[in-house]
Amino acid sequence: MIVLLGVLVVIIGFATRRNPLLVVGVAGIATGFLGGLSPQKVLAAFGDGFASSRAVTIFVITLPVIGLLERHGLQEQARNLISRFSKLTTGRFLTLYLVLRQGFAALGLRDLFGPAQTVRPLAAPMAEGAAERRYGTLPDKTREKIRSFTASADNVGLFFGEDVFLAVGSILLITGFANSTYHTHLEPLQLALWAIPTALCALAVHGGRLLRMDRTLERELLGARVELATEEAAK
Amino acid sequence: MIKAEWFYWLVGALFMVLAVQMAADRTNPKRYGTAAFWGLLGAGFVYSSWVVDKSAPAEPLGAAVLVMICLAAFGFTGRGKARTTTTEERRASARKHGSKLFLPALTIPAVALVCAVLVPKLSFGGGPLLQKGSETILGLGIGAIVALVLAMVMLREKSVAAPLHAGRSMLESMGWAMLLPQLLATLGTIFAVSGVGKQVGILTEAVLPHDSVITAVVVYCVGMFLFTVIMGNGFAAFPVMTAAVGWPVLIEQAHGNAPAVLAIGMLCGFCGTLVTPMAANFNVVPAALLELKDQYGPIKAQLPTAVVLLGCNIVIMSAFAF
Repeated sequence: MIVLLGVLVVIIGFATRRNPLLVVGVAGIATGFLGGLSPQKVLAAFGDGFASSRAVTIFVITLPVIGLLERHGLQEQARNLISRFSKLTTGRFLTLYLVLRQGFAALGLRDLFGPAQTVRPLAAPMAEGAAERRYGTLPDKTREKIRSFTASADNVGLFFGEDVFLAVGSILLITGFANSTYHTHLEPLQLALWAIPTALCALAVHGGRLLRMDRTLERELLGARVELATEEAAK
Repeated sequence: MIKAEWFYWLVGALFMVLAVQMAADRTNPKRYGTAAFWGLLGAGFVYSSWVVDKSAPAEPLGAAVLVMICLAAFGFTGRGKARTTTTEERRASARKHGSKLFLPALTIPAVALVCAVLVPKLSFGGGPLLQKGSETILGLGIGAIVALVLAMVMLREKSVAAPLHAGRSMLESMGWAMLLPQLLATLGTIFAVSGVGKQVGILTEAVLPHDSVITAVVVYCVGMFLFTVIMGNGFAAFPVMTAAVGWPVLIEQAHGNAPAVLAIGMLCGFCGTLVTPMAANFNVVPAALLELKDQYGPIKAQLPTAVVLLGCNIVIMSAFAF
């Protein structure tokens, strides 16, 4: 039971907003010792963990080219482009992004889109650009909100698209675990089919929320503008 | 054959080159600490190749990771002043180049697509051209390099220093968030070997009611969700919850449809991934990349969707799996 203290360290650390690296480092060391690992084993666990998880960090290879393009106006051009499609509101654009992300992930192409490749340089400025066309300069709070929702469309599309694909890690984990532990025989195809209902729900729920964002933006931004105008008039 | 490890060396080399630039950057008040952090990260990427194939001990790498944690957590890292273009210059450049600017950016996914779909069918000297199982990762790397060359030719940028500089200021603004996903993967491993999973399984069995199928479905689904929130991904939660509830109660006792129970159970874990800072690569790194003030912005945007989808999963499993 005492090894669960490590979990407690993590929860308290994140809740009190300590530096996450420190929280995770301390929790790892504490759990290792409580679980009876020697200091040498704990060090080795940190080393092995780092070495086997390098794949999550490789997106940095795209940063130089993305950075170079941004210096030459990539984000500005993304805004320009979106403003030519007057029907494409922020909510509709993000829903379209969600559909594409989920569709490609379901085909097994999960690295096609991503926070570094598409969200920061293209999708987020386009979503902002669509709102700017309607409401002019955006307050920082709105900008943050639009960016957060762009990141959310990327994640939801990926998570609930990839499981429809047969050869994805989570499906293979399920068949591997069940077949070896319980001596049964599950096929990846059966599992992928059962991911479809939830995938459709995800599209409906998150797509619906993204579309509803247009109304929220209108209420917030036009409301703010009316307030500003009445203040001006009162002067 | 092009190996995945070569690509990791390239990423490591990139970190190390940027670290040298950082050490020379006088506008950064903490330049040596910053350079040490990114330099160690780069060296770790390269050294890892031998840790993975067990020809070098993992302990020195572990010690380096702890040093990186201390450098970042105790304020020894900082950022320099980025020499970059102004908004006006960017607007002018956007007018000048127009939508041509998208070309290199779209090259990255296009090349990744080709590498994932077509290249595995080709053979080169009797073997595959790209290491099997790593095609998409390698595609991303090859795509980034092709895109860089294309962008430099298109923008008439002669100096390699310009893209490196641009990449460096993005890295510096992300700071410690870069290391977090790998560190969390490590924590997951430590949790597993220390028996955290087993304890959670015992706890779950203790609170599990043995009378109704619906409550067992709820325990399995909510358990997957909560356990994933704690561990950061569903992969660690799945074996534990399935051994405690999924298989013995839902499948053996209640004769549930095994593929349905297990697939939907995993998806409940994915709902948990949407709301936990422990899944840093999905939730915290994008916040840093998008330069959000609130590092929990994406999680807040995802929370309602995650909760509704957890409900959907419980309904789907109860309705169709039995």
